[in-house]
Amino acid sequence: MKKLINAVDDVVAEALEGMQAAHPDLVEVHLNPNYVVRRGAPIEGKVAVISGGGSGHEPMHTGYVGLGMLSGACPGAIFTSPTPDQIYECTRQVDGGRGVVYVVKNYTGDVMNFELAAELARADGVEVESVLINDDVAVQDSLYTAGRRGVGATVLAERLAGARAEEGGSLGEVAAVVRKVNDNARSMGMALTPCTVPAAGRPTFELGDDEMEIGIGIHGEPGRERMKLEPADRVVDRLIEPVLQDLPFRRGDRVLAFVNGMGGTPLIELYVVTRRVAQVLEERGLRLERTLVGSYITSLEMAGCSITLLRLDDELVRLWDAPVHTPALRWGV
Amino acid sequence: MEREAVDAATLRRWLNVYATRLSEQADYLTQLDAAIGDGDHGINMDRGFRAVRERILDPGDEAPLDGLLKGVGMVLLSTVGGAAGPLYGTFFLRMAAQAGARDRLPAPELAAALAAGVEGVRQRGRAEPGDKTMLDALLPGVETLERTLAEGRGLAPALEEAAAAAEEGCRATIPMIARKGRASYLGGRSAGHQDPGATSSAYLLRALAVAVSGS
Repeated sequence: MKKLINAVDDVVAEALEGMQAAHPDLVEVHLNPNYVVRRGAPIEGKVAVISGGGSGHEPMHTGYVGLGMLSGACPGAIFTSPTPDQIYECTRQVDGGRGVVYVVKNYTGDVMNFELAAELARADGVEVESVLINDDVAVQDSLYTAGRRGVGATVLAERLAGARAEEGGSLGEVAAVVRKVNDNARSMGMALTPCTVPAAGRPTFELGDDEMEIGIGIHGEPGRERMKLEPADRVVDRLIEPVLQDLPFRRGDRVLAFVNGMGGTPLIELYVVTRRVAQVLEERGLRLERTLVGSYITSLEMAGCSITLLRLDDELVRLWDAPVHTPALRWGV
Repeated sequence: MEREAVDAATLRRWLNVYATRLSEQADYLTQLDAAIGDGDHGINMDRGFRAVRERILDPGDEAPLDGLLKGVGMVLLSTVGGAAGPLYGTFFLRMAAQAGARDRLPAPELAAALAAGVEGVRQRGRAEPGDKTMLDALLPGVETLERTLAEGRGLAPALEEAAAAAEEGCRATIPMIARKGRASYLGGRSAGHQDPGATSSAYLLRALAVAVSGS
Protein backbone atom coordinates (compact mmCIF):
# COMPACT_ATOMS: atom_id res chain seq x y z
CA MET A 1 0.00 0.00 0.00
CA LYS A 2 1.42 3.35 -1.08
CA LYS A 3 -0.53 6.27 0.35
CA LEU A 4 0.15 9.83 1.46
CA ILE A 5 -0.93 9.26 5.03
CA ASN A 6 0.63 9.45 8.46
CA ALA A 7 -1.23 6.75 10.35
CA VAL A 8 -4.11 4.60 9.22
CA ASP A 9 -6.29 5.56 12.20
CA ASP A 10 -5.78 9.30 11.68
CA VAL A 11 -6.65 9.68 8.00
CA VAL A 12 -10.21 10.95 8.36
CA ALA A 13 -9.54 13.40 11.21
CA GLU A 14 -6.36 14.77 9.62
CA ALA A 15 -8.12 15.27 6.29
CA LEU A 16 -10.86 17.20 8.12
CA GLU A 17 -8.22 19.38 9.78
CA GLY A 18 -6.71 20.02 6.37
CA MET A 19 -10.10 20.91 5.01
CA GLN A 20 -10.55 23.46 7.78
CA ALA A 21 -7.15 24.96 6.93
CA ALA A 22 -8.09 25.15 3.24
CA HIS A 23 -11.60 26.57 3.57
CA PRO A 24 -11.99 28.59 6.79
CA ASP A 25 -14.26 31.01 4.91
CA LEU A 26 -16.73 28.27 3.95
CA VAL A 27 -16.89 25.56 6.60
CA GLU A 28 -16.48 24.79 10.27
CA VAL A 29 -15.05 21.39 11.09
CA HIS A 30 -15.95 19.65 14.35
CA LEU A 31 -14.04 16.64 15.63
CA ASN A 32 -15.28 13.97 18.07
CA PRO A 33 -17.89 13.50 16.86
CA ASN A 34 -16.83 14.40 13.31
CA TYR A 35 -19.01 16.67 11.22
CA VAL A 36 -18.66 19.72 8.98
CA VAL A 37 -21.14 22.59 8.93
CA ARG A 38 -21.49 25.65 6.80
CA ARG A 39 -19.78 28.67 8.32
CA GLY A 40 -22.30 30.67 10.32
CA ALA A 41 -24.65 27.73 10.85
CA PRO A 42 -27.44 27.58 11.76
CA ILE A 43 -28.97 29.82 9.09
CA GLU A 44 -32.10 31.04 10.87
CA GLY A 45 -35.37 30.69 8.98
CA LYS A 46 -34.02 28.29 6.37
CA VAL A 47 -34.40 24.56 6.03
CA ALA A 48 -31.13 22.73 6.55
CA VAL A 49 -29.88 19.89 4.34
CA ILE A 50 -27.56 17.25 5.75
CA SER A 51 -25.92 14.31 4.12
CA GLY A 52 -23.24 11.90 5.15
CA GLY A 53 -21.67 8.58 4.46
CA GLY A 54 -18.40 6.78 4.56
CA SER A 55 -15.25 8.77 3.89
CA GLY A 56 -13.22 7.94 0.79
CA HIS A 57 -15.70 9.46 -1.67
CA GLU A 58 -14.31 13.00 -1.53
CA PRO A 59 -15.32 15.62 -2.39
CA MET A 60 -18.66 14.02 -1.41
CA HIS A 61 -20.04 14.95 1.12
CA THR A 62 -17.88 17.42 3.09
CA GLY A 63 -16.80 19.24 -0.08
CA TYR A 64 -20.42 20.17 -0.75
CA VAL A 65 -21.00 22.12 2.46
CA GLY A 66 -21.72 25.77 1.81
CA LEU A 67 -24.04 28.23 0.12
CA GLY A 68 -26.64 26.61 -2.11
CA MET A 69 -25.78 23.04 -1.20
CA LEU A 70 -25.34 21.21 2.13
CA SER A 71 -25.76 22.79 5.57
CA GLY A 72 -23.79 19.95 7.13
CA ALA A 73 -22.01 16.71 6.29
CA CYS A 74 -21.17 13.72 8.47
CA PRO A 75 -18.13 11.72 7.35
CA GLY A 76 -17.82 8.18 8.69
CA ALA A 77 -14.71 6.05 8.73
CA ILE A 78 -13.53 5.16 5.22
CA PHE A 79 -16.34 3.33 3.40
CA THR A 80 -18.27 3.07 6.69
CA SER A 81 -21.43 5.00 7.43
CA PRO A 82 -21.35 7.75 10.04
CA THR A 83 -22.71 7.03 13.51
CA PRO A 84 -25.95 8.39 15.02
CA ASP A 85 -24.18 10.68 17.49
CA GLN A 86 -22.36 12.48 14.64
CA ILE A 87 -25.54 12.98 12.65
CA TYR A 88 -27.51 14.03 15.73
CA GLU A 89 -24.93 16.64 16.79
CA CYS A 90 -24.69 17.95 13.22
CA THR A 91 -28.49 18.19 13.08
CA ARG A 92 -28.59 20.27 16.25
CA GLN A 93 -25.88 22.59 14.88
CA VAL A 94 -27.59 23.33 11.55
CA ASP A 95 -31.28 23.41 12.45
CA GLY A 96 -32.44 26.95 11.75
CA GLY A 97 -35.92 26.30 13.12
CA ARG A 98 -37.56 25.11 9.90
CA GLY A 99 -36.43 21.52 9.96
CA VAL A 100 -33.70 19.36 8.50
CA VAL A 101 -33.70 17.19 5.38
CA TYR A 102 -31.47 14.11 5.40
CA VAL A 103 -30.17 12.96 2.00
CA VAL A 104 -29.35 9.30 2.61
CA LYS A 105 -27.75 6.90 0.16
CA ASN A 106 -29.46 3.53 0.21
CA TYR A 107 -26.96 1.36 2.04
CA THR A 108 -28.07 -0.72 5.00
CA GLY A 109 -25.67 0.96 7.43
CA ASP A 110 -26.42 4.51 6.29
CA VAL A 111 -30.15 3.92 6.47
CA MET A 112 -29.99 2.52 10.02
CA ASN A 113 -27.64 5.18 11.38
CA PHE A 114 -29.64 8.08 9.91
CA GLU A 115 -32.82 6.44 11.21
CA LEU A 116 -31.41 6.34 14.75
CA ALA A 117 -30.20 9.96 14.47
CA ALA A 118 -33.63 11.09 13.24
CA GLU A 119 -35.23 9.39 16.28
CA LEU A 120 -32.85 11.28 18.60
CA ALA A 121 -33.38 14.64 16.86
CA ARG A 122 -37.17 14.29 16.77
CA ALA A 123 -37.11 13.58 20.50
CA ASP A 124 -35.57 17.08 20.83
CA GLY A 125 -38.38 18.58 18.76
CA VAL A 126 -36.39 19.00 15.53
CA GLU A 127 -38.41 18.25 12.41
CA VAL A 128 -36.51 15.78 10.25
CA GLU A 129 -37.43 14.43 6.85
CA SER A 130 -35.23 11.69 5.45
CA VAL A 131 -35.11 10.87 1.73
CA LEU A 132 -33.31 7.86 0.25
CA ILE A 133 -31.25 7.98 -2.95
CA ASN A 134 -31.19 4.73 -4.94
CA ASP A 135 -30.26 5.50 -8.53
CA ASP A 136 -27.80 2.70 -9.40
CA VAL A 137 -29.33 0.62 -12.19
CA ALA A 138 -26.52 -1.97 -11.94
CA VAL A 139 -28.30 -3.44 -8.93
CA GLN A 140 -31.53 -5.32 -9.20
CA ASP A 141 -34.24 -3.76 -7.05
CA SER A 142 -36.38 -6.46 -5.52
CA LEU A 143 -37.84 -7.67 -2.26
CA TYR A 144 -34.86 -9.97 -2.04
CA THR A 145 -32.13 -7.34 -1.98
CA ALA A 146 -31.44 -4.27 0.14
CA GLY A 147 -32.55 -2.32 -2.95
CA ARG A 148 -30.63 -0.16 -5.36
CA ARG A 149 -27.55 1.70 -4.17
CA GLY A 150 -27.32 5.46 -4.00
CA VAL A 151 -24.56 6.83 -6.24
CA GLY A 152 -24.21 9.81 -8.62
CA ALA A 153 -27.70 11.22 -8.13
CA THR A 154 -26.69 12.00 -4.53
CA VAL A 155 -24.43 14.86 -5.68
CA LEU A 156 -27.18 16.28 -7.89
CA ALA A 157 -29.80 15.95 -5.13
CA GLU A 158 -27.56 17.71 -2.61
CA ARG A 159 -26.97 20.58 -5.01
CA LEU A 160 -30.59 20.98 -6.10
CA ALA A 161 -32.16 20.55 -2.65
CA GLY A 162 -29.59 22.97 -1.22
CA ALA A 163 -30.60 25.54 -3.84
CA ARG A 164 -34.28 25.06 -2.96
CA ALA A 165 -33.50 25.57 0.74
CA GLU A 166 -31.50 28.70 -0.11
CA GLU A 167 -34.58 30.08 -1.93
CA GLY A 168 -36.55 29.67 1.30
CA GLY A 169 -38.39 26.46 0.46
CA SER A 170 -40.25 24.64 3.23
CA LEU A 171 -39.14 21.30 4.69
CA GLY A 172 -41.65 19.51 2.45
CA GLU A 173 -40.58 21.46 -0.65
CA VAL A 174 -36.88 20.80 -0.11
CA ALA A 175 -37.51 17.10 0.54
CA ALA A 176 -39.68 17.02 -2.59
CA VAL A 177 -36.72 18.22 -4.68
CA VAL A 178 -34.61 15.32 -3.37
CA ARG A 179 -37.40 12.91 -4.30
CA LYS A 180 -37.79 14.48 -7.73
CA VAL A 181 -34.07 14.08 -8.43
CA ASN A 182 -34.11 10.48 -7.25
CA ASP A 183 -37.19 9.71 -9.35
CA ASN A 184 -35.67 11.25 -12.49
CA ALA A 185 -32.01 10.20 -12.27
CA ARG A 186 -30.32 6.90 -13.07
CA SER A 187 -26.65 5.92 -12.89
CA MET A 188 -24.19 3.18 -13.66
CA GLY A 189 -20.45 2.91 -13.06
CA MET A 190 -17.45 0.84 -14.04
CA ALA A 191 -13.98 0.20 -12.65
CA LEU A 192 -10.60 -0.28 -14.35
CA THR A 193 -8.73 -0.86 -11.07
CA PRO A 194 -9.72 -1.60 -7.48
CA CYS A 195 -8.92 0.65 -4.51
CA THR A 196 -7.32 0.04 -1.13
CA VAL A 197 -8.95 1.05 2.16
CA PRO A 198 -6.01 2.17 4.36
CA ALA A 199 -7.12 0.10 7.37
CA ALA A 200 -7.44 -3.01 5.22
CA GLY A 201 -4.08 -2.47 3.50
CA ARG A 202 -4.95 -4.46 0.38
CA PRO A 203 -7.28 -3.93 -2.58
CA THR A 204 -11.01 -4.47 -1.99
CA PHE A 205 -11.13 -6.80 -5.01
CA GLU A 206 -8.88 -8.19 -7.73
CA LEU A 207 -9.07 -7.11 -11.34
CA GLY A 208 -6.71 -8.37 -14.06
CA ASP A 209 -4.62 -5.94 -16.12
CA ASP A 210 -6.87 -6.53 -19.13
CA GLU A 211 -10.19 -6.62 -17.23
CA MET A 212 -12.88 -4.16 -16.16
CA GLU A 213 -15.92 -4.47 -13.88
CA ILE A 214 -19.17 -3.10 -15.28
CA GLY A 215 -21.73 -1.93 -12.72
CA ILE A 216 -19.22 -1.41 -9.91
CA GLY A 217 -20.43 0.14 -6.64
CA ILE A 218 -18.69 3.08 -5.02
CA HIS A 219 -17.15 0.84 -2.36
CA GLY A 220 -15.80 -1.63 -4.89
CA GLU A 221 -18.84 -3.87 -4.60
CA PRO A 222 -19.02 -6.21 -7.58
CA GLY A 223 -21.27 -5.14 -10.40
CA ARG A 224 -23.09 -6.85 -13.23
CA GLU A 225 -20.18 -8.49 -14.98
CA ARG A 226 -16.44 -8.64 -15.32
CA MET A 227 -15.10 -8.54 -18.86
CA LYS A 228 -12.15 -7.79 -21.10
CA LEU A 229 -11.24 -4.15 -21.46
CA GLU A 230 -12.84 -2.34 -24.41
CA PRO A 231 -12.50 1.08 -26.09
CA ALA A 232 -14.09 4.00 -24.21
CA ASP A 233 -16.99 4.42 -26.66
CA ARG A 234 -18.01 0.80 -26.21
CA VAL A 235 -17.78 1.13 -22.41
CA VAL A 236 -20.00 4.22 -22.52
CA ASP A 237 -22.56 2.30 -24.57
CA ARG A 238 -22.56 -0.48 -21.97
CA LEU A 239 -23.16 2.01 -19.15
CA ILE A 240 -25.60 4.39 -20.78
CA GLU A 241 -27.96 1.86 -22.35
CA PRO A 242 -29.29 0.47 -19.03
CA VAL A 243 -29.49 4.04 -17.68
CA LEU A 244 -31.60 5.19 -20.66
CA GLN A 245 -33.81 2.09 -20.60
CA ASP A 246 -34.55 2.11 -16.89
CA LEU A 247 -36.31 5.45 -16.41
CA PRO A 248 -36.92 5.37 -19.39
CA PHE A 249 -35.62 8.53 -21.01
CA ARG A 250 -37.67 9.49 -24.10
CA ARG A 251 -37.05 11.50 -27.25
CA GLY A 252 -37.25 15.20 -26.47
CA ASP A 253 -36.37 14.86 -22.76
CA ARG A 254 -34.15 17.57 -21.33
CA VAL A 255 -31.12 16.01 -19.68
CA LEU A 256 -28.29 16.81 -17.30
CA ALA A 257 -25.36 14.44 -17.92
CA PHE A 258 -23.00 13.86 -15.00
CA VAL A 259 -19.79 12.11 -16.06
CA ASN A 260 -17.96 11.21 -12.87
CA GLY A 261 -14.43 9.99 -12.25
CA MET A 262 -13.93 7.32 -9.59
CA GLY A 263 -10.80 8.96 -8.22
CA GLY A 264 -7.97 7.54 -10.32
CA THR A 265 -9.11 8.52 -13.80
CA PRO A 266 -7.79 11.74 -15.35
CA LEU A 267 -10.07 14.44 -16.69
CA ILE A 268 -8.85 13.88 -20.24
CA GLU A 269 -10.39 10.39 -20.17
CA LEU A 270 -13.62 11.74 -18.66
CA TYR A 271 -13.89 14.11 -21.62
CA VAL A 272 -13.41 11.17 -24.01
CA VAL A 273 -16.33 9.55 -22.18
CA THR A 274 -18.40 12.76 -22.27
CA ARG A 275 -17.90 13.00 -26.04
CA ARG A 276 -19.57 9.63 -26.54
CA VAL A 277 -22.31 10.42 -23.99
CA ALA A 278 -23.21 13.55 -25.98
CA GLN A 279 -23.22 11.53 -29.24
CA VAL A 280 -25.56 8.89 -27.80
CA LEU A 281 -27.93 11.49 -26.38
CA GLU A 282 -28.08 13.26 -29.74
CA GLU A 283 -28.70 9.95 -31.58
CA ARG A 284 -31.63 9.29 -29.24
CA GLY A 285 -33.12 12.75 -29.65
CA LEU A 286 -32.41 13.83 -26.06
CA ARG A 287 -31.52 17.45 -25.30
CA LEU A 288 -28.28 17.78 -23.34
CA GLU A 289 -28.92 21.00 -21.40
CA ARG A 290 -26.46 20.82 -18.49
CA THR A 291 -23.32 18.80 -17.74
CA LEU A 292 -21.10 18.07 -14.76
CA VAL A 293 -17.76 16.44 -15.60
CA GLY A 294 -15.13 15.60 -13.00
CA SER A 295 -14.37 13.44 -9.98
CA TYR A 296 -17.23 14.29 -7.62
CA ILE A 297 -18.18 10.96 -6.03
CA THR A 298 -15.07 8.85 -5.83
CA SER A 299 -13.84 5.56 -4.43
CA LEU A 300 -10.39 6.48 -3.16
CA GLU A 301 -7.88 5.85 -5.99
CA MET A 302 -10.12 3.56 -8.05
CA ALA A 303 -9.85 4.17 -11.79
CA GLY A 304 -13.09 4.18 -13.72
CA CYS A 305 -16.15 6.32 -14.22
CA SER A 306 -19.88 6.52 -13.73
CA ILE A 307 -22.57 8.10 -15.84
CA THR A 308 -25.65 9.71 -14.29
CA LEU A 309 -28.47 11.14 -16.37
CA LEU A 310 -31.08 13.41 -14.79
CA ARG A 311 -34.28 14.39 -16.58
CA LEU A 312 -34.67 18.14 -16.16
CA ASP A 313 -37.64 20.45 -15.90
CA ASP A 314 -37.79 24.22 -15.48
CA GLU A 315 -37.53 24.01 -11.69
CA LEU A 316 -34.45 21.79 -11.74
CA VAL A 317 -32.69 23.97 -14.36
CA ARG A 318 -33.41 27.08 -12.27
CA LEU A 319 -32.06 25.41 -9.12
CA TRP A 320 -28.99 24.03 -10.92
CA ASP A 321 -28.04 27.49 -12.20
CA ALA A 322 -28.55 29.22 -8.84
CA PRO A 323 -25.41 30.33 -6.97
CA VAL A 324 -23.38 27.65 -5.21
CA HIS A 325 -20.24 28.21 -3.15
CA THR A 326 -18.67 25.16 -1.55
CA PRO A 327 -15.13 23.76 -1.44
CA ALA A 328 -15.84 21.52 -4.44
CA LEU A 329 -18.56 23.24 -6.49
CA ARG A 330 -18.71 26.94 -7.18
CA TRP A 331 -20.55 29.09 -9.67
CA GLY A 332 -22.77 32.15 -9.79
CA VAL A 333 -20.93 33.88 -6.93
CA MET B 1 -31.36 -23.40 39.17
CA GLU B 2 -32.37 -20.03 40.57
CA ARG B 3 -29.04 -19.79 42.35
CA GLU B 4 -27.27 -19.67 38.98
CA ALA B 5 -26.82 -16.09 37.92
CA VAL B 6 -24.41 -13.75 36.17
CA ASP B 7 -23.13 -10.55 37.75
CA ALA B 8 -21.29 -7.49 36.44
CA ALA B 9 -17.93 -9.24 36.76
CA THR B 10 -19.16 -12.09 34.52
CA LEU B 11 -20.57 -9.66 31.95
CA ARG B 12 -17.29 -7.77 31.90
CA ARG B 13 -15.41 -11.04 31.43
CA TRP B 14 -17.81 -11.83 28.54
CA LEU B 15 -17.10 -8.50 26.87
CA ASN B 16 -13.36 -8.91 27.41
CA VAL B 17 -13.30 -12.43 25.96
CA TYR B 18 -15.35 -11.20 23.00
CA ALA B 19 -13.11 -8.16 22.44
CA THR B 20 -10.03 -10.40 22.43
CA ARG B 21 -11.63 -12.82 19.97
CA LEU B 22 -12.61 -9.93 17.67
CA SER B 23 -9.05 -8.60 17.74
CA GLU B 24 -7.65 -12.03 16.90
CA GLN B 25 -10.20 -12.63 14.17
CA ALA B 26 -10.41 -9.09 12.75
CA ASP B 27 -8.56 -10.02 9.57
CA TYR B 28 -10.65 -13.16 9.10
CA LEU B 29 -13.93 -11.25 9.55
CA THR B 30 -12.73 -8.61 7.13
CA GLN B 31 -11.85 -11.30 4.59
CA LEU B 32 -15.31 -12.82 4.93
CA ASP B 33 -16.80 -9.36 4.44
CA ALA B 34 -14.58 -8.58 1.45
CA ALA B 35 -16.02 -11.64 -0.29
CA ILE B 36 -19.65 -10.53 -0.10
CA GLY B 37 -19.71 -7.04 1.43
CA ASP B 38 -17.38 -4.08 1.66
CA GLY B 39 -14.58 -5.61 3.67
CA ASP B 40 -14.73 -3.65 6.90
CA HIS B 41 -16.60 -5.84 9.39
CA GLY B 42 -13.53 -7.01 11.31
CA ILE B 43 -12.00 -3.54 11.39
CA ASN B 44 -15.24 -1.95 12.60
CA MET B 45 -16.03 -4.53 15.29
CA ASP B 46 -12.47 -4.47 16.58
CA ARG B 47 -12.56 -0.67 16.78
CA GLY B 48 -15.90 -0.78 18.63
CA PHE B 49 -14.91 -3.36 21.21
CA ARG B 50 -11.54 -1.75 21.84
CA ALA B 51 -13.58 1.32 22.78
CA VAL B 52 -15.90 -0.82 24.91
CA ARG B 53 -12.90 -2.22 26.73
CA GLU B 54 -11.49 1.22 27.43
CA ARG B 55 -14.64 2.95 28.54
CA ILE B 56 -16.79 0.29 30.16
CA LEU B 57 -14.52 -2.38 31.52
CA ASP B 58 -13.05 -0.32 34.32
CA PRO B 59 -13.21 -2.80 37.22
CA GLY B 60 -14.14 0.07 39.52
CA ASP B 61 -17.36 0.61 37.57
CA GLU B 62 -20.07 -0.77 39.83
CA ALA B 63 -23.08 0.30 37.78
CA PRO B 64 -26.08 -2.03 37.90
CA LEU B 65 -26.24 -4.41 34.97
CA ASP B 66 -28.52 -2.27 32.83
CA GLY B 67 -26.14 0.66 33.14
CA LEU B 68 -23.22 -1.51 32.08
CA LEU B 69 -25.11 -2.97 29.10
CA LYS B 70 -26.53 0.39 28.02
CA GLY B 71 -23.05 1.89 28.15
CA VAL B 72 -21.80 -0.87 25.87
CA GLY B 73 -24.67 -0.22 23.44
CA MET B 74 -23.99 3.52 23.30
CA VAL B 75 -20.25 3.02 22.74
CA LEU B 76 -20.98 0.62 19.89
CA LEU B 77 -23.49 3.02 18.30
CA SER B 78 -20.91 5.79 18.30
CA THR B 79 -17.79 3.84 17.30
CA VAL B 80 -18.64 0.93 15.00
CA GLY B 81 -20.52 2.58 12.13
CA GLY B 82 -21.77 0.60 9.16
CA ALA B 83 -24.75 -1.65 9.76
CA ALA B 84 -23.04 -3.52 12.59
CA GLY B 85 -23.00 -0.43 14.85
CA PRO B 86 -26.78 0.07 14.98
CA LEU B 87 -27.38 -3.69 15.11
CA TYR B 88 -24.95 -4.59 17.91
CA GLY B 89 -25.75 -1.29 19.65
CA THR B 90 -29.46 -2.09 19.57
CA PHE B 91 -28.70 -5.63 20.83
CA PHE B 92 -27.06 -4.31 24.01
CA LEU B 93 -29.57 -1.47 24.54
CA ARG B 94 -32.50 -3.91 24.38
CA MET B 95 -30.65 -6.34 26.60
CA ALA B 96 -30.18 -3.52 29.12
CA ALA B 97 -33.87 -2.60 29.06
CA GLN B 98 -34.86 -6.21 29.65
CA ALA B 99 -32.24 -6.77 32.38
CA GLY B 100 -33.29 -3.76 34.43
CA ALA B 101 -31.40 -2.23 37.35
CA ARG B 102 -30.26 -5.44 39.03
CA ASP B 103 -26.87 -6.56 40.22
CA ARG B 104 -27.38 -10.21 39.27
CA LEU B 105 -29.26 -11.85 36.42
CA PRO B 106 -30.59 -15.35 37.17
CA ALA B 107 -30.22 -17.75 34.25
CA PRO B 108 -33.79 -17.41 32.89
CA GLU B 109 -33.56 -13.62 33.03
CA LEU B 110 -30.22 -13.73 31.25
CA ALA B 111 -31.86 -15.78 28.51
CA ALA B 112 -34.76 -13.31 28.36
CA ALA B 113 -32.36 -10.36 28.09
CA LEU B 114 -30.45 -12.06 25.27
CA ALA B 115 -33.75 -12.84 23.53
CA ALA B 116 -34.79 -9.17 23.80
CA GLY B 117 -31.48 -8.18 22.26
CA VAL B 118 -31.99 -10.57 19.36
CA GLU B 119 -35.52 -9.25 18.82
CA GLY B 120 -34.03 -5.74 18.66
CA VAL B 121 -31.61 -6.88 15.96
CA ARG B 122 -34.48 -8.40 14.00
CA GLN B 123 -36.51 -5.18 14.19
CA ARG B 124 -33.64 -2.80 13.42
CA GLY B 125 -32.43 -4.83 10.45
CA ARG B 126 -35.89 -5.91 9.26
CA ALA B 127 -34.35 -9.32 8.63
CA GLU B 128 -35.81 -12.79 8.97
CA PRO B 129 -34.13 -16.14 9.56
CA GLY B 130 -32.58 -17.41 6.33
CA ASP B 131 -31.66 -13.94 5.04
CA LYS B 132 -27.94 -14.69 5.69
CA THR B 133 -27.47 -12.26 8.57
CA MET B 134 -26.51 -12.10 12.26
CA LEU B 135 -29.94 -13.52 13.09
CA ASP B 136 -29.03 -16.89 11.58
CA ALA B 137 -26.53 -17.38 14.40
CA LEU B 138 -28.28 -15.44 17.19
CA LEU B 139 -31.75 -16.97 16.88
CA PRO B 140 -30.77 -20.66 17.07
CA GLY B 141 -28.31 -19.77 19.82
CA VAL B 142 -30.86 -18.04 22.05
CA GLU B 143 -33.63 -20.54 21.28
CA THR B 144 -31.28 -23.36 22.28
CA LEU B 145 -30.38 -21.54 25.49
CA GLU B 146 -34.04 -21.07 26.46
CA ARG B 147 -34.95 -24.67 25.62
CA THR B 148 -31.96 -26.17 27.38
CA LEU B 149 -32.57 -24.13 30.53
CA ALA B 150 -36.25 -25.14 30.45
CA GLU B 151 -35.13 -28.77 30.35
CA GLY B 152 -33.42 -28.17 33.66
CA ARG B 153 -29.79 -28.04 32.52
CA GLY B 154 -27.33 -25.77 34.29
CA LEU B 155 -26.36 -22.39 32.88
CA ALA B 156 -22.82 -23.35 31.80
CA PRO B 157 -23.82 -26.45 29.79
CA ALA B 158 -26.85 -24.59 28.39
CA LEU B 159 -24.58 -21.79 27.16
CA GLU B 160 -22.21 -24.38 25.71
CA GLU B 161 -25.08 -25.81 23.68
CA ALA B 162 -26.27 -22.33 22.72
CA ALA B 163 -22.81 -21.39 21.45
CA ALA B 164 -22.61 -24.63 19.45
CA ALA B 165 -26.05 -23.93 17.95
CA ALA B 166 -24.98 -20.40 17.00
CA GLU B 167 -21.83 -21.77 15.36
CA GLU B 168 -23.89 -24.32 13.45
CA GLY B 169 -26.29 -21.53 12.42
CA CYS B 170 -23.33 -19.49 11.27
CA ARG B 171 -22.00 -22.35 9.11
CA ALA B 172 -25.51 -22.80 7.72
CA THR B 173 -25.27 -19.31 6.18
CA ILE B 174 -22.66 -20.58 3.69
CA PRO B 175 -25.12 -21.87 1.04
CA MET B 176 -27.70 -19.12 1.72
CA ILE B 177 -28.41 -16.32 -0.76
CA ALA B 178 -28.24 -12.98 1.05
CA ARG B 179 -31.43 -10.94 1.19
CA LYS B 180 -30.28 -8.08 3.41
CA GLY B 181 -27.32 -5.76 3.52
CA ARG B 182 -24.68 -5.22 0.91
CA ALA B 183 -24.27 -8.95 0.26
CA SER B 184 -27.80 -9.04 -1.17
CA TYR B 185 -26.56 -7.10 -4.21
CA LEU B 186 -24.64 -10.20 -5.24
CA GLY B 187 -27.74 -12.37 -5.49
CA GLY B 188 -26.69 -15.95 -6.23
CA ARG B 189 -23.01 -14.97 -6.07
CA SER B 190 -23.41 -14.58 -2.27
CA ALA B 191 -23.91 -18.35 -1.91
CA GLY B 192 -20.78 -20.27 -0.91
CA HIS B 193 -19.60 -17.62 1.56
CA GLN B 194 -20.09 -17.59 5.32
CA ASP B 195 -21.84 -14.44 6.53
CA PRO B 196 -19.46 -12.16 8.48
CA GLY B 197 -22.25 -10.83 10.76
CA ALA B 198 -23.38 -14.35 11.64
CA THR B 199 -19.73 -15.17 12.36
CA SER B 200 -19.20 -12.29 14.80
CA SER B 201 -22.58 -13.17 16.38
CA ALA B 202 -21.50 -16.76 16.93
CA TYR B 203 -18.33 -15.43 18.61
CA LEU B 204 -20.55 -13.36 20.92
CA LEU B 205 -22.39 -16.40 22.30
CA ARG B 206 -19.19 -18.47 22.44
CA ALA B 207 -17.57 -15.71 24.49
CA LEU B 208 -20.48 -15.78 26.94
CA ALA B 209 -20.13 -19.56 27.33
CA VAL B 210 -16.41 -19.15 27.97
CA ALA B 211 -16.96 -16.32 30.47
CA VAL B 212 -19.59 -18.24 32.47
CA SER B 213 -17.79 -21.61 32.48
CA GLY B 214 -14.70 -19.84 33.74
CA SER B 215 -16.53 -18.34 36.71
